[in-house]
Amino acid sequence: MRAFSYERASSIEAAAKAAASTDGAKFIAGGTNLLDLMKLEIETPTHLIDVNGLGLDRIEPTPEGGLRIGALVRNTDLAADERIRRDYGLLSRALLAGASGQLRNRATTAGNLLQRTRCPYFYDTNQPCNKRQPGSGCAAIAGFSRQLGVVGVSDACIATHPGDMAVAMRALDAVVETIGADGTTRSIPIADFHRLPGETPEIEHVLERGELITAVVLPKPMGGKHIYRKVRDRASYAFALVSVGAIVQPDGTGRIAVGGIAPKPWRDEAAEKELPRGAKAASTRLLADARPTEQNAFKITLVERMLSAVLAEARG
Amino acid sequence: MQSPGALEISRRDLLVASAATVTVAGAPSLGHSQTNIPEASTGTNVSFTVNGERLELELDNRTTLLDALREHLHLTGTKKGCDHGQCGACTVLVDGRRINACLTLAVMHEGGSITTIEGLGQPGNLHPMQAAFVEHDGFQCGYCTPGQICSSVAMLEEIRANIPSHVTGDLTAPAEITAAEIRERMSGNICRCGAYSNIVEAITEVAGRKT
Ligand SMILES: Cc1cc2nc3c(=O)[nH]c(=O)nc-3n(C[C@H](O)[C@H](O)[C@H](O)COP(=O)(O)OP(=O)(O)OC[C@H]3O[C@@H](n4cnc5c(N)ncnc54)[C@H](O)[C@@H]3O)c2cc1C
Ligand code: SF4
Ligand code: FES
Ligand code: FES
Repeated sequence: MRAFSYERASSIEAAAKAAASTDGAKFIAGGTNLLDLMKLEIETPTHLIDVNGLGLDRIEPTPEGGLRIGALVRNTDLAADERIRRDYGLLSRALLAGASGQLRNRATTAGNLLQRTRCPYFYDTNQPCNKRQPGSGCAAIAGFSRQLGVVGVSDACIATHPGDMAVAMRALDAVVETIGADGTTRSIPIADFHRLPGETPEIEHVLERGELITAVVLPKPMGGKHIYRKVRDRASYAFALVSVGAIVQPDGTGRIAVGGIAPKPWRDEAAEKELPRGAKAASTRLLADARPTEQNAFKITLVERMLSAVLAEARG
Repeated sequence: MQSPGALEISRRDLLVASAATVTVAGAPSLGHSQTNIPEASTGTNVSFTVNGERLELELDNRTTLLDALREHLHLTGTKKGCDHGQCGACTVLVDGRRINACLTLAVMHEGGSITTIEGLGQPGNLHPMQAAFVEHDGFQCGYCTPGQICSSVAMLEEIRANIPSHVTGDLTAPAEITAAEIRERMSGNICRCGAYSNIVEAITEVAGRKT
Protein backbone atom coordinates (compact mmCIF):
# COMPACT_ATOMS: atom_id res chain seq x y z
CA MET A 1 0.00 0.00 0.00
CA ARG A 2 1.25 3.51 -0.78
CA ALA A 3 1.64 5.99 2.05
CA PHE A 4 -1.16 8.50 2.58
CA SER A 5 -2.18 11.17 5.02
CA TYR A 6 -5.44 10.81 6.93
CA GLU A 7 -8.01 13.13 8.43
CA ARG A 8 -11.27 12.65 10.29
CA ALA A 9 -13.64 15.06 8.63
CA SER A 10 -15.28 17.53 11.01
CA SER A 11 -18.34 18.34 8.90
CA ILE A 12 -20.02 17.37 5.65
CA GLU A 13 -19.04 20.67 4.05
CA ALA A 14 -15.43 20.40 5.23
CA ALA A 15 -15.19 16.87 3.88
CA ALA A 16 -16.32 17.91 0.41
CA LYS A 17 -14.06 20.95 0.41
CA ALA A 18 -11.02 18.98 1.53
CA ALA A 19 -11.65 16.30 -1.08
CA ALA A 20 -11.80 18.86 -3.86
CA SER A 21 -8.79 20.87 -2.76
CA THR A 22 -6.36 18.07 -1.83
CA ASP A 23 -4.54 16.32 -4.64
CA GLY A 24 -5.18 12.56 -4.66
CA ALA A 25 -7.80 12.68 -1.90
CA LYS A 26 -10.52 10.07 -1.44
CA PHE A 27 -13.30 9.52 1.07
CA ILE A 28 -13.20 6.40 3.15
CA ALA A 29 -16.41 4.97 4.64
CA GLY A 30 -16.46 1.27 5.58
CA GLY A 31 -13.18 0.83 3.72
CA THR A 32 -14.11 -2.69 2.60
CA ASN A 33 -13.64 -1.96 -1.09
CA LEU A 34 -11.18 0.92 -1.02
CA LEU A 35 -8.64 -0.74 1.29
CA ASP A 36 -8.87 -3.99 -0.65
CA LEU A 37 -7.89 -2.07 -3.80
CA MET A 38 -5.27 0.07 -2.03
CA LYS A 39 -3.46 -3.06 -0.86
CA LEU A 40 -3.14 -4.06 -4.51
CA GLU A 41 -2.19 -0.48 -5.47
CA ILE A 42 -5.10 -0.36 -7.88
CA GLU A 43 -6.31 2.60 -5.85
CA THR A 44 -3.49 4.93 -4.80
CA PRO A 45 -4.98 7.86 -2.89
CA THR A 46 -2.45 10.11 -1.15
CA HIS A 47 -4.97 11.47 1.33
CA LEU A 48 -7.95 9.78 3.00
CA ILE A 49 -10.89 11.67 4.43
CA ASP A 50 -12.76 9.58 6.97
CA VAL A 51 -16.46 10.38 6.68
CA ASN A 52 -17.59 8.12 9.52
CA GLY A 53 -18.88 10.14 12.44
CA LEU A 54 -20.55 12.93 10.44
CA GLY A 55 -24.03 11.94 11.57
CA LEU A 56 -24.89 10.48 8.17
CA ASP A 57 -25.97 7.20 9.74
CA ARG A 58 -29.69 7.76 10.18
CA ILE A 59 -32.80 6.63 8.29
CA GLU A 60 -35.51 9.27 8.37
CA PRO A 61 -38.99 9.67 6.86
CA THR A 62 -39.34 12.21 4.03
CA PRO A 63 -42.31 14.59 3.67
CA GLU A 64 -43.27 12.62 0.52
CA GLY A 65 -43.80 9.45 2.54
CA GLY A 66 -40.52 7.81 1.59
CA LEU A 67 -37.27 7.32 3.49
CA ARG A 68 -33.97 9.19 3.46
CA ILE A 69 -31.12 6.75 4.09
CA GLY A 70 -27.92 8.37 5.33
CA ALA A 71 -24.85 7.64 3.22
CA LEU A 72 -23.10 6.02 6.17
CA VAL A 73 -25.92 3.69 7.23
CA ARG A 74 -24.32 0.24 7.39
CA ASN A 75 -25.71 -2.47 5.14
CA THR A 76 -26.70 -4.56 8.20
CA ASP A 77 -28.67 -1.71 9.75
CA LEU A 78 -30.41 -0.86 6.50
CA ALA A 79 -31.41 -4.48 5.89
CA ALA A 80 -32.69 -4.82 9.47
CA ASP A 81 -34.68 -1.58 9.62
CA GLU A 82 -38.35 -2.35 10.32
CA ARG A 83 -39.62 0.10 7.69
CA ILE A 84 -37.32 -1.28 5.02
CA ARG A 85 -38.35 -4.85 5.83
CA ARG A 86 -42.02 -3.99 5.72
CA ASP A 87 -42.25 -1.59 2.78
CA TYR A 88 -39.09 -2.17 0.71
CA GLY A 89 -38.46 -5.89 1.22
CA LEU A 90 -36.60 -6.02 -2.07
CA LEU A 91 -33.89 -3.76 -0.68
CA SER A 92 -33.54 -5.75 2.52
CA ARG A 93 -33.29 -8.97 0.51
CA ALA A 94 -30.70 -7.57 -1.90
CA LEU A 95 -28.48 -6.37 0.95
CA LEU A 96 -28.72 -9.70 2.77
CA ALA A 97 -27.74 -11.54 -0.41
CA GLY A 98 -24.46 -9.61 -0.54
CA ALA A 99 -21.05 -10.23 1.03
CA SER A 100 -20.94 -11.63 4.62
CA GLY A 101 -22.24 -10.66 8.05
CA GLN A 102 -18.87 -9.12 8.93
CA LEU A 103 -18.65 -7.08 5.72
CA ARG A 104 -22.25 -5.87 5.94
CA ASN A 105 -21.52 -4.57 9.44
CA ARG A 106 -18.96 -2.17 7.93
CA ALA A 107 -20.15 -1.58 4.37
CA THR A 108 -22.10 1.64 3.90
CA THR A 109 -24.88 2.75 1.59
CA ALA A 110 -22.66 5.16 -0.39
CA GLY A 111 -19.65 2.85 -0.46
CA ASN A 112 -21.81 0.01 -1.74
CA LEU A 113 -23.07 2.11 -4.66
CA LEU A 114 -19.49 3.09 -5.52
CA GLN A 115 -17.86 -0.32 -5.18
CA ARG A 116 -15.75 -1.16 -8.19
CA THR A 117 -15.98 -4.09 -10.56
CA ARG A 118 -14.82 -7.62 -9.74
CA CYS A 119 -13.45 -8.24 -13.22
CA PRO A 120 -10.47 -10.55 -12.55
CA TYR A 121 -8.21 -8.58 -14.90
CA PHE A 122 -9.01 -5.32 -13.16
CA TYR A 123 -7.62 -6.97 -10.02
CA ASP A 124 -4.56 -8.44 -11.76
CA THR A 125 -2.11 -5.57 -12.20
CA ASN A 126 -0.03 -7.64 -14.65
CA GLN A 127 -2.85 -7.56 -17.19
CA PRO A 128 -3.97 -4.81 -19.52
CA CYS A 129 -7.17 -3.17 -18.31
CA ASN A 130 -8.66 0.04 -19.69
CA LYS A 131 -10.51 0.71 -16.48
CA ARG A 132 -7.44 0.44 -14.27
CA GLN A 133 -5.00 1.93 -16.77
CA PRO A 134 -6.78 3.79 -19.56
CA GLY A 135 -5.55 2.89 -23.02
CA SER A 136 -3.81 -0.34 -22.01
CA GLY A 137 -6.43 -2.63 -23.57
CA CYS A 138 -8.96 -5.09 -22.19
CA ALA A 139 -7.74 -8.55 -21.26
CA ALA A 140 -11.25 -9.76 -20.48
CA ILE A 141 -12.89 -9.58 -23.89
CA ALA A 142 -10.79 -12.44 -25.29
CA GLY A 143 -10.10 -13.89 -21.86
CA PHE A 144 -12.00 -15.40 -18.96
CA SER A 145 -15.26 -13.51 -19.31
CA ARG A 146 -17.76 -15.85 -17.70
CA GLN A 147 -18.60 -13.39 -14.91
CA LEU A 148 -18.63 -10.29 -17.07
CA GLY A 149 -21.25 -8.15 -18.75
CA VAL A 150 -23.46 -8.89 -21.74
CA VAL A 151 -25.29 -5.61 -22.23
CA GLY A 152 -24.35 -1.93 -21.97
CA VAL A 153 -20.74 -2.98 -22.48
CA SER A 154 -18.27 -1.53 -25.01
CA ASP A 155 -15.21 -2.51 -27.02
CA ALA A 156 -13.13 -0.91 -24.27
CA CYS A 157 -14.64 -2.73 -21.28
CA ILE A 158 -17.19 -5.45 -20.51
CA ALA A 159 -17.04 -5.24 -16.71
CA THR A 160 -20.15 -5.32 -14.53
CA HIS A 161 -21.20 -3.33 -11.51
CA PRO A 162 -21.02 -6.23 -9.08
CA GLY A 163 -23.31 -4.99 -6.32
CA ASP A 164 -26.67 -6.25 -5.12
CA MET A 165 -28.01 -3.21 -3.26
CA ALA A 166 -27.89 -0.97 -6.34
CA VAL A 167 -30.14 -3.40 -8.23
CA ALA A 168 -32.86 -2.94 -5.62
CA MET A 169 -32.29 0.82 -5.55
CA ARG A 170 -32.75 0.91 -9.33
CA ALA A 171 -36.03 -1.02 -9.20
CA LEU A 172 -37.21 1.35 -6.46
CA ASP A 173 -36.15 4.49 -8.41
CA ALA A 174 -34.03 5.77 -5.53
CA VAL A 175 -32.39 9.19 -5.70
CA VAL A 176 -28.78 9.88 -4.66
CA GLU A 177 -28.27 13.14 -2.76
CA THR A 178 -24.89 14.84 -2.75
CA ILE A 179 -23.06 17.94 -1.63
CA GLY A 180 -20.33 19.54 -3.70
CA ALA A 181 -17.14 21.32 -2.70
CA ASP A 182 -18.86 24.71 -3.00
CA GLY A 183 -21.68 23.57 -0.73
CA THR A 184 -24.27 23.05 -3.48
CA THR A 185 -26.46 19.99 -3.19
CA ARG A 186 -27.99 17.93 -5.95
CA SER A 187 -30.29 14.95 -6.39
CA ILE A 188 -29.30 12.33 -8.94
CA PRO A 189 -31.80 9.64 -9.98
CA ILE A 190 -30.13 6.26 -9.58
CA ALA A 191 -30.79 5.58 -13.27
CA ASP A 192 -28.37 8.39 -14.14
CA PHE A 193 -25.82 7.73 -11.39
CA HIS A 194 -23.63 5.04 -12.94
CA ARG A 195 -22.18 5.55 -16.41
CA LEU A 196 -21.76 3.11 -19.24
CA PRO A 197 -18.11 2.53 -20.20
CA GLY A 198 -18.06 3.69 -23.83
CA GLU A 199 -14.46 4.67 -24.48
CA THR A 200 -13.82 5.82 -20.92
CA PRO A 201 -14.44 2.83 -18.63
CA GLU A 202 -12.39 4.49 -15.88
CA ILE A 203 -15.25 6.97 -15.38
CA GLU A 204 -17.94 4.98 -13.58
CA HIS A 205 -20.37 7.52 -12.18
CA VAL A 206 -21.43 11.15 -12.53
CA LEU A 207 -19.97 12.46 -9.26
CA GLU A 208 -17.62 15.39 -9.56
CA ARG A 209 -14.32 15.80 -7.78
CA GLY A 210 -14.95 16.22 -4.06
CA GLU A 211 -18.68 15.53 -4.35
CA LEU A 212 -19.86 13.66 -1.25
CA ILE A 213 -22.91 11.40 -1.17
CA THR A 214 -25.01 12.41 1.83
CA ALA A 215 -28.07 10.18 1.42
CA VAL A 216 -30.10 7.92 -0.81
CA VAL A 217 -33.82 8.67 -0.89
CA LEU A 218 -36.54 6.10 -1.46
CA PRO A 219 -39.93 7.17 -2.84
CA LYS A 220 -43.06 6.30 -0.91
CA PRO A 221 -43.81 2.57 -0.71
CA MET A 222 -45.25 1.14 -3.91
CA GLY A 223 -46.75 -2.10 -2.60
CA GLY A 224 -46.59 -5.24 -4.71
CA LYS A 225 -44.60 -8.37 -4.15
CA HIS A 226 -40.89 -7.76 -3.52
CA ILE A 227 -38.51 -10.43 -4.77
CA TYR A 228 -34.72 -10.58 -5.04
CA ARG A 229 -33.28 -13.65 -6.67
CA LYS A 230 -29.52 -14.16 -7.00
CA VAL A 231 -27.68 -16.93 -8.83
CA ARG A 232 -24.02 -17.40 -7.95
CA ASP A 233 -21.32 -20.06 -7.91
CA ARG A 234 -21.84 -20.89 -4.25
CA ALA A 235 -24.84 -20.51 -1.97
CA SER A 236 -23.50 -17.58 0.03
CA TYR A 237 -20.63 -15.04 0.17
CA ALA A 238 -20.23 -14.73 -3.57
CA PHE A 239 -20.99 -12.11 -6.19
CA ALA A 240 -23.91 -12.61 -8.54
CA LEU A 241 -23.67 -14.24 -11.92
CA VAL A 242 -27.13 -12.81 -12.45
CA SER A 243 -29.53 -11.27 -9.96
CA VAL A 244 -33.09 -10.07 -10.46
CA GLY A 245 -34.80 -7.49 -8.29
CA ALA A 246 -38.53 -7.31 -8.89
CA ILE A 247 -41.66 -5.61 -7.63
CA VAL A 248 -44.68 -7.34 -9.10
CA GLN A 249 -48.21 -5.99 -8.68
CA PRO A 250 -51.30 -8.21 -8.42
CA ASP A 251 -52.30 -7.32 -12.01
CA GLY A 252 -49.02 -8.73 -13.35
CA THR A 253 -47.39 -5.39 -14.09
CA GLY A 254 -44.19 -4.51 -12.32
CA ARG A 255 -40.60 -3.35 -12.23
CA ILE A 256 -37.55 -5.44 -12.95
CA ALA A 257 -33.88 -4.54 -12.51
CA VAL A 258 -31.15 -7.04 -13.29
CA GLY A 259 -27.66 -7.26 -11.78
CA GLY A 260 -24.53 -9.08 -12.89
CA ILE A 261 -25.08 -8.45 -16.59
CA ALA A 262 -24.12 -4.81 -17.16
CA PRO A 263 -21.92 -1.94 -15.94
CA LYS A 264 -24.93 -0.67 -13.98
CA PRO A 265 -28.15 -2.20 -12.69
CA TRP A 266 -30.03 -2.95 -15.89
CA ARG A 267 -33.61 -1.83 -16.25
CA ASP A 268 -35.72 -1.01 -19.27
CA GLU A 269 -39.26 0.26 -18.96
CA ALA A 270 -40.14 -1.11 -22.41
CA ALA A 271 -39.23 -4.59 -21.17
CA GLU A 272 -41.40 -4.08 -18.09
CA LYS A 273 -44.39 -3.39 -20.36
CA GLU A 274 -43.90 -6.92 -21.70
CA LEU A 275 -44.08 -8.49 -18.24
CA PRO A 276 -47.77 -9.42 -18.39
CA ARG A 277 -46.90 -11.41 -21.55
CA GLY A 278 -44.36 -13.45 -19.65
CA ALA A 279 -40.67 -13.92 -18.97
CA LYS A 280 -39.58 -14.62 -22.52
CA ALA A 281 -41.15 -11.49 -23.94
CA ALA A 282 -39.71 -9.33 -21.17
CA SER A 283 -36.19 -10.76 -21.24
CA THR A 284 -36.01 -10.66 -25.04
CA ARG A 285 -36.80 -6.97 -24.89
CA LEU A 286 -34.47 -6.32 -21.95
CA LEU A 287 -31.52 -7.98 -23.68
CA ALA A 288 -32.29 -6.88 -27.24
CA ASP A 289 -28.93 -5.12 -27.51
CA ALA A 290 -26.89 -7.77 -25.72
CA ARG A 291 -23.49 -8.69 -27.12
CA PRO A 292 -22.27 -11.58 -25.00
CA THR A 293 -18.96 -13.40 -25.34
CA GLU A 294 -18.92 -17.12 -25.94
CA GLN A 295 -18.21 -17.64 -22.23
CA ASN A 296 -21.00 -15.51 -20.81
CA ALA A 297 -23.77 -16.12 -23.35
CA PHE A 298 -25.35 -18.42 -20.76
CA LYS A 299 -26.43 -15.28 -18.90
CA ILE A 300 -29.00 -14.56 -21.61
CA THR A 301 -30.77 -17.84 -20.94
CA LEU A 302 -30.29 -17.44 -17.21
CA VAL A 303 -32.01 -14.04 -17.16
CA GLU A 304 -35.07 -15.49 -18.89
CA ARG A 305 -35.25 -18.46 -16.54
CA MET A 306 -34.79 -16.28 -13.47
CA LEU A 307 -37.50 -13.91 -14.66
CA SER A 308 -39.77 -16.85 -15.16
CA ALA A 309 -39.04 -18.08 -11.61
CA VAL A 310 -39.63 -14.59 -10.23
CA LEU A 311 -42.99 -14.29 -11.98
CA ALA A 312 -44.02 -17.72 -10.71
CA GLU A 313 -43.03 -16.72 -7.18
CA ALA A 314 -44.98 -13.49 -7.52
CA ARG A 315 -48.12 -15.40 -8.51
CA GLY A 316 -47.40 -17.32 -5.31
CA MET B 1 2.66 -0.04 23.38
CA GLN B 2 4.58 0.54 20.19
CA SER B 3 8.33 0.29 20.63
CA PRO B 4 10.53 3.08 19.24
CA GLY B 5 12.23 0.43 17.09
CA ALA B 6 8.99 -0.36 15.30
CA LEU B 7 8.52 3.32 14.59
CA GLU B 8 11.93 3.63 13.00
CA ILE B 9 11.14 0.71 10.79
CA SER B 10 7.92 2.23 9.62
CA ARG B 11 9.72 5.50 8.78
CA ARG B 12 12.25 3.57 6.74
CA ASP B 13 9.44 1.71 4.98
CA LEU B 14 7.92 5.03 4.26
CA LEU B 15 11.05 6.33 2.57
CA VAL B 16 11.21 3.20 0.45
CA ALA B 17 7.57 3.65 -0.44
CA SER B 18 8.02 7.28 -1.44
CA ALA B 19 11.05 6.37 -3.54
CA ALA B 20 8.94 3.80 -5.35
CA THR B 21 6.26 6.41 -5.84
CA VAL B 22 8.69 8.78 -7.50
CA THR B 23 9.73 6.06 -9.94
CA VAL B 24 6.17 5.24 -10.87
CA ALA B 25 5.15 8.87 -11.13
CA GLY B 26 7.82 9.21 -13.84
CA ALA B 27 5.81 6.91 -16.13
CA PRO B 28 3.64 8.97 -18.48
CA SER B 29 0.16 7.52 -17.93
CA LEU B 30 0.32 7.41 -14.14
CA GLY B 31 0.91 11.06 -13.36
CA HIS B 32 -0.17 11.22 -9.72
CA SER B 33 1.58 14.03 -7.91
CA GLN B 34 2.29 13.07 -4.33
CA THR B 35 4.65 15.89 -3.55
CA ASN B 36 2.36 18.14 -1.55
CA ILE B 37 1.83 15.66 1.31
CA PRO B 38 4.29 16.25 4.13
CA GLU B 39 5.95 13.04 5.22
CA ALA B 40 5.18 13.63 8.88
CA SER B 41 1.46 13.41 8.25
CA THR B 42 1.46 9.77 7.17
CA GLY B 43 1.07 8.67 10.80
CA THR B 44 -1.79 9.33 13.22
CA ASN B 45 -2.37 8.98 16.96
CA VAL B 46 -5.23 6.76 17.92
CA SER B 47 -6.58 5.49 21.20
CA PHE B 48 -8.97 2.62 21.73
CA THR B 49 -9.52 -0.18 24.18
CA VAL B 50 -8.50 -3.73 23.39
CA ASN B 51 -9.97 -6.43 25.62
CA GLY B 52 -10.74 -3.79 28.23
CA GLU B 53 -7.30 -2.18 28.24
CA ARG B 54 -7.05 1.42 27.07
CA LEU B 55 -4.19 1.96 24.62
CA GLU B 56 -2.65 4.87 22.78
CA LEU B 57 -0.75 4.21 19.60
CA GLU B 58 0.99 6.25 16.98
CA LEU B 59 0.56 4.32 13.80
CA ASP B 60 1.46 4.57 10.16
CA ASN B 61 -1.93 5.31 8.58
CA ARG B 62 -1.62 2.18 6.45
CA THR B 63 -1.76 -0.14 9.47
CA THR B 64 -4.89 -2.26 9.36
CA LEU B 65 -6.62 -3.05 12.61
CA LEU B 66 -5.45 -6.63 12.06
CA ASP B 67 -1.78 -5.63 11.80
CA ALA B 68 -2.11 -3.29 14.77
CA LEU B 69 -3.39 -6.19 16.87
CA ARG B 70 -0.91 -8.77 15.65
CA GLU B 71 2.27 -6.83 14.93
CA HIS B 72 2.05 -3.91 17.36
CA LEU B 73 0.11 -5.38 20.28
CA HIS B 74 1.31 -8.95 19.74
CA LEU B 75 -2.21 -10.33 20.09
CA THR B 76 -1.66 -13.09 17.59
CA GLY B 77 -4.87 -14.99 18.31
CA THR B 78 -6.55 -13.06 15.51
CA LYS B 79 -5.38 -14.63 12.26
CA LYS B 80 -4.52 -13.31 8.81
CA GLY B 81 -5.82 -15.65 6.13
CA CYS B 82 -6.40 -13.70 2.93
CA ASP B 83 -5.99 -10.05 4.03
CA HIS B 84 -8.80 -9.19 1.57
CA GLY B 85 -12.08 -9.80 3.37
CA GLN B 86 -12.54 -13.19 1.76
CA CYS B 87 -12.01 -15.67 4.61
CA GLY B 88 -13.08 -14.29 8.01
CA ALA B 89 -9.96 -15.49 9.90
CA CYS B 90 -9.41 -11.91 11.10
CA THR B 91 -12.90 -11.48 12.61
CA VAL B 92 -12.91 -9.38 15.78
CA LEU B 93 -15.61 -7.49 17.64
CA VAL B 94 -15.60 -3.72 17.47
CA ASP B 95 -18.16 -2.07 19.73
CA GLY B 96 -19.83 -5.46 19.94
CA ARG B 97 -20.12 -6.05 16.19
CA ARG B 98 -18.12 -8.55 14.19
CA ILE B 99 -15.99 -7.11 11.41
CA ASN B 100 -13.02 -8.12 9.24
CA ALA B 101 -10.00 -6.54 10.92
CA CYS B 102 -8.03 -6.78 7.65
CA LEU B 103 -10.28 -4.34 5.78
CA THR B 104 -10.29 -1.49 8.25
CA LEU B 105 -7.59 0.95 9.29
CA ALA B 106 -6.59 1.04 12.94
CA VAL B 107 -6.68 4.84 12.91
CA MET B 108 -10.39 4.70 12.01
CA HIS B 109 -11.22 3.29 15.44
CA GLU B 110 -10.56 6.25 17.69
CA GLY B 111 -12.49 5.67 20.94
CA GLY B 112 -13.56 2.19 19.85
CA SER B 113 -13.79 -0.91 21.97
CA ILE B 114 -12.19 -3.99 20.44
CA THR B 115 -12.55 -7.57 21.62
CA THR B 116 -10.32 -10.31 20.24
CA ILE B 117 -10.32 -14.03 20.93
CA GLU B 118 -7.90 -13.37 23.81
CA GLY B 119 -10.51 -11.12 25.41
CA LEU B 120 -13.42 -13.55 25.02
CA GLY B 121 -11.88 -16.13 27.31
CA GLN B 122 -8.58 -17.54 28.48
CA PRO B 123 -7.30 -21.03 29.31
CA GLY B 124 -9.10 -22.06 32.49
CA ASN B 125 -11.74 -19.40 31.91
CA LEU B 126 -13.17 -20.26 28.51
CA HIS B 127 -16.06 -18.42 26.90
CA PRO B 128 -18.97 -20.87 26.46
CA MET B 129 -18.42 -20.75 22.70
CA GLN B 130 -14.73 -21.63 23.07
CA ALA B 131 -15.67 -24.55 25.33
CA ALA B 132 -18.33 -25.73 22.87
CA PHE B 133 -15.85 -25.68 19.97
CA VAL B 134 -13.50 -27.88 22.02
CA GLU B 135 -16.29 -30.22 23.05
CA HIS B 136 -17.68 -30.63 19.53
CA ASP B 137 -14.31 -30.77 17.69
CA GLY B 138 -15.24 -27.60 15.83
CA PHE B 139 -11.80 -27.40 14.21
CA GLN B 140 -8.89 -29.39 12.85
CA CYS B 141 -5.83 -27.19 12.21
CA GLY B 142 -7.41 -24.38 14.24
CA TYR B 143 -6.35 -21.53 11.97
CA CYS B 144 -9.85 -20.29 11.24
CA THR B 145 -11.06 -20.97 14.79
CA PRO B 146 -10.51 -17.61 16.55
CA GLY B 147 -12.40 -15.95 13.69
CA GLN B 148 -15.15 -18.59 13.79
CA ILE B 149 -15.61 -18.13 17.53
CA CYS B 150 -15.64 -14.32 17.50
CA SER B 151 -17.99 -14.42 14.54
CA SER B 152 -20.38 -16.92 16.11
CA VAL B 153 -20.61 -15.03 19.41
CA ALA B 154 -21.58 -11.83 17.59
CA MET B 155 -23.78 -13.72 15.15
CA LEU B 156 -26.00 -15.03 17.94
CA GLU B 157 -26.34 -11.47 19.22
CA GLU B 158 -27.41 -10.41 15.71
CA ILE B 159 -30.18 -13.01 15.76
CA ARG B 160 -31.27 -11.82 19.22
CA ALA B 161 -31.29 -8.26 17.90
CA ASN B 162 -33.69 -9.51 15.20
CA ILE B 163 -31.39 -8.85 12.25
CA PRO B 164 -32.66 -10.97 9.34
CA SER B 165 -30.54 -13.08 6.97
CA HIS B 166 -30.63 -14.24 3.37
CA VAL B 167 -32.47 -17.43 4.39
CA THR B 168 -35.01 -15.77 6.70
CA GLY B 169 -38.41 -16.71 5.26
CA ASP B 170 -40.56 -13.87 6.53
CA LEU B 171 -38.78 -10.54 6.88
CA THR B 172 -41.39 -9.20 9.27
CA ALA B 173 -41.27 -12.18 11.66
CA PRO B 174 -38.68 -12.47 14.44
CA ALA B 175 -35.38 -14.08 13.40
CA GLU B 176 -34.98 -17.71 14.49
CA ILE B 177 -32.01 -19.84 15.40
CA THR B 178 -32.00 -22.79 13.00
CA ALA B 179 -29.17 -24.77 11.41
CA ALA B 180 -29.91 -23.10 8.06
CA GLU B 181 -29.74 -19.66 9.66
CA ILE B 182 -26.46 -20.47 11.41
CA ARG B 183 -24.88 -21.77 8.21
CA GLU B 184 -25.90 -18.75 6.17
CA ARG B 185 -24.88 -16.25 8.83
CA MET B 186 -21.51 -17.95 9.30
CA SER B 187 -20.71 -18.01 5.56
CA GLY B 188 -18.18 -15.21 6.05
CA ASN B 189 -15.91 -17.65 7.89
CA ILE B 190 -14.24 -20.15 5.62
CA CYS B 191 -12.76 -23.33 7.11
CA ARG B 192 -10.30 -25.02 4.79
CA CYS B 193 -10.34 -28.12 7.01
CA GLY B 194 -14.09 -28.34 6.49
CA ALA B 195 -15.05 -28.55 10.15
CA TYR B 196 -18.37 -26.94 9.31
CA SER B 197 -20.78 -29.55 10.65
CA ASN B 198 -19.10 -29.62 14.05
CA ILE B 199 -18.96 -25.83 14.10
CA VAL B 200 -22.73 -25.71 13.55
CA GLU B 201 -23.21 -28.20 16.39
CA ALA B 202 -21.07 -26.16 18.77
CA ILE B 203 -22.94 -22.97 17.95
CA THR B 204 -26.32 -24.69 18.19
CA GLU B 205 -25.48 -25.92 21.64
CA VAL B 206 -24.48 -22.48 22.90
CA ALA B 207 -27.52 -20.89 21.27
CA GLY B 208 -29.82 -23.40 22.98
CA ARG B 209 -28.23 -22.86 26.34
CA LYS B 210 -28.73 -19.13 26.32
CA THR B 211 -32.28 -18.85 25.06
C1 LIG C 1 -15.09 -10.78 -0.04
C2 LIG C 1 -16.11 -9.76 -0.43
C3 LIG C 1 -17.34 -10.18 -0.91
C4 LIG C 1 -18.30 -9.25 -1.28
N1 LIG C 1 -19.50 -9.68 -1.78
C5 LIG C 1 -20.42 -8.78 -2.18
C6 LIG C 1 -21.66 -9.19 -2.73
O1 LIG C 1 -21.95 -10.38 -2.85
N2 LIG C 1 -22.54 -8.23 -3.12
C7 LIG C 1 -22.27 -6.90 -2.99
O2 LIG C 1 -23.09 -6.08 -3.36
N3 LIG C 1 -21.09 -6.49 -2.50
C8 LIG C 1 -20.17 -7.39 -2.08
N4 LIG C 1 -18.98 -6.96 -1.58
C9 LIG C 1 -18.65 -5.54 -1.68
C10 LIG C 1 -19.10 -4.72 -0.50
O3 LIG C 1 -20.49 -4.63 -0.54
C11 LIG C 1 -18.45 -3.34 -0.66
O4 LIG C 1 -17.08 -3.47 -0.42
C12 LIG C 1 -19.03 -2.30 0.27
O5 LIG C 1 -20.40 -2.14 0.06
C13 LIG C 1 -18.33 -0.97 0.09
O6 LIG C 1 -18.79 -0.06 1.07
P1 LIG C 1 -17.75 0.69 2.03
O7 LIG C 1 -18.53 1.60 2.88
O8 LIG C 1 -16.88 -0.28 2.72
O9 LIG C 1 -16.94 1.50 0.93
P2 LIG C 1 -15.46 2.08 0.94
O10 LIG C 1 -14.52 0.97 0.64
O11 LIG C 1 -15.21 2.90 2.15
O12 LIG C 1 -15.56 3.06 -0.30
C14 LIG C 1 -15.81 2.63 -1.63
C15 LIG C 1 -15.73 3.85 -2.54
O13 LIG C 1 -16.77 4.76 -2.25
C16 LIG C 1 -16.26 6.05 -1.98
N5 LIG C 1 -17.15 6.63 -0.97
C17 LIG C 1 -17.49 6.07 0.22
N6 LIG C 1 -18.39 6.84 0.85
C18 LIG C 1 -18.64 7.90 0.05
C19 LIG C 1 -19.51 9.06 0.14
N7 LIG C 1 -20.31 9.25 1.20
N8 LIG C 1 -19.51 9.93 -0.89
C20 LIG C 1 -18.72 9.74 -1.97
N9 LIG C 1 -17.88 8.70 -2.10
C21 LIG C 1 -17.85 7.78 -1.11
C22 LIG C 1 -14.84 5.82 -1.52
O14 LIG C 1 -14.04 6.96 -1.79
C23 LIG C 1 -14.44 4.63 -2.39
O15 LIG C 1 -14.05 5.07 -3.66
C24 LIG C 1 -18.02 -7.87 -1.17
C25 LIG C 1 -16.79 -7.45 -0.65
C26 LIG C 1 -15.84 -8.38 -0.29
C27 LIG C 1 -14.53 -7.89 0.25
S1 SF4 D 1 -13.54 -5.75 -18.77
FE1 SF4 D 1 -13.09 -3.67 -18.07
S2 SF4 D 1 -12.31 -4.03 -16.01
FE2 SF4 D 1 -12.12 -6.01 -17.08
S3 SF4 D 1 -10.09 -6.02 -18.08
FE3 SF4 D 1 -11.51 -5.18 -19.55
S4 SF4 D 1 -11.29 -2.99 -19.23
FE4 SF4 D 1 -10.52 -3.94 -17.38
S1 FES E 1 -7.77 -12.10 6.71
FE1 FES E 1 -9.46 -10.76 6.86
S2 FES E 1 -11.00 -11.85 5.80
FE2 FES E 1 -9.26 -13.08 5.43
S1 FES F 1 -9.86 -25.71 11.34
FE1 FES F 1 -8.39 -25.61 9.76
S2 FES F 1 -9.18 -23.97 8.56
FE2 FES F 1 -10.78 -24.31 9.94
